[in-house]
Amino acid sequence: MRIDVEDLVLRYGDVTALDRLTLSLEGGKIYGLLGRNGSGKTSLLSVLAAFRKESAGTVRIDGQPVFENAGLTRRVSLIRDVGETIDIGTVEDALYFAEWLRPNWDAEYARTLLDTFGLTPKAKVKSMSKGQRSAMGVLVGLAGRAPLTMFDESYLGMDPPSRYAFYDALLADYMAHPRTIILSTHLIEEVSSLFEEVVIIDHGRLVVHEETQTLLSRGTAVTGPAEQVDTFTHGLTVLGAKQLGPTKSAMLYGDLDDARRRKAVEAGLELGPIAMQDLFIHLTGEPK
Amino acid sequence: MFDDRSPIYRQIADHIKADVLREALKGDEQVMSTNQYAAFYRINPATAAKAFQQLVDEGVLFKKRGIGMFVSPDAREVLRSRHRESFFADVVDPMVAEAKAIGIPLSDVIGRIQELEGR
Repeated sequence: MRIDVEDLVLRYGDVTALDRLTLSLEGGKIYGLLGRNGSGKTSLLSVLAAFRKESAGTVRIDGQPVFENAGLTRRVSLIRDVGETIDIGTVEDALYFAEWLRPNWDAEYARTLLDTFGLTPKAKVKSMSKGQRSAMGVLVGLAGRAPLTMFDESYLGMDPPSRYAFYDALLADYMAHPRTIILSTHLIEEVSSLFEEVVIIDHGRLVVHEETQTLLSRGTAVTGPAEQVDTFTHGLTVLGAKQLGPTKSAMLYGDLDDARRRKAVEAGLELGPIAMQDLFIHLTGEPK
Repeated sequence: MFDDRSPIYRQIADHIKADVLREALKGDEQVMSTNQYAAFYRINPATAAKAFQQLVDEGVLFKKRGIGMFVSPDAREVLRSRHRESFFADVVDPMVAEAKAIGIPLSDVIGRIQELEGR
């Protein structure tokens, strides 16, 4: 599903969570939504899922306004960090409810996922652990096959094997049933390879929207004798630098053409990639 | 030569090239699909597809519409000749530099090469 957000503002009283955010996603891809705590990730997803009404600006999904648009919201699914939200009854009851709510629900796939995550149909949702509750939320999000499916830190409490089971299931199901998926996460190293495009927001505004591989190609770590590194990086965008004795490593942001790369190699400098996590840290600033 | 920008691309491309060089993948043989590669490496299928596209551009793979990706009949020869061109710059020059740095006389290195040649 295509998403068009223009000058989106969301205020909670005095707090401006989204500050004239503009963003277009063409859809049919897995998107990573990255941002620090309080950057507006959950606010943005809440508006896209019609859980909240925008204070100003426009939000359109496949060209339609979102808020109080029942025909559209049945096709949009947001799994929040609390996981399964319906406390009444058993796992089976929750699945029954999800099936009633979701036009594309795949009951057989849902049963497979119960096994994947080790969930028992008769278990009471209320007495579930945080991790089981998250797994339950993830299951509902996957089996719902909503044309726009969003996971907002839905992995919280899930242990690493369960998280990787989620990533594998998500990737496999996305390939079998292509749809628009947005993953918001802090576990960047674990999931960034799943993203086709990355959206980074900060202070309620868009910082970067780019194809993952293009973004990664913009980052280059230059390592070598401090003086040579400084000469080479002069006039370029340096996101950060570290020094160990006479050796310096600088993180560059921006396209480096082959001529420049050759120059670096000739000067005895080492060029290497920068991980998504490091790019994210340096693009969104100082520790809080 | 300057493709150190994308480790995932390179992993996939190197994997396929290595298979071609040691003839685990032969000319006209079909390679696994982008989806299979994506699942194996746990990466987005678009990323896998880009790695494949790179190999198509390099003449290692070719695409049969609606069927999949195949190894070019002359892929191995293309790779061998390209590796021959870069062999001295990629392998020999760094070896000589390393030998000098740790104080091994080049005559010893040459002696070793001749010894291996005689085996």
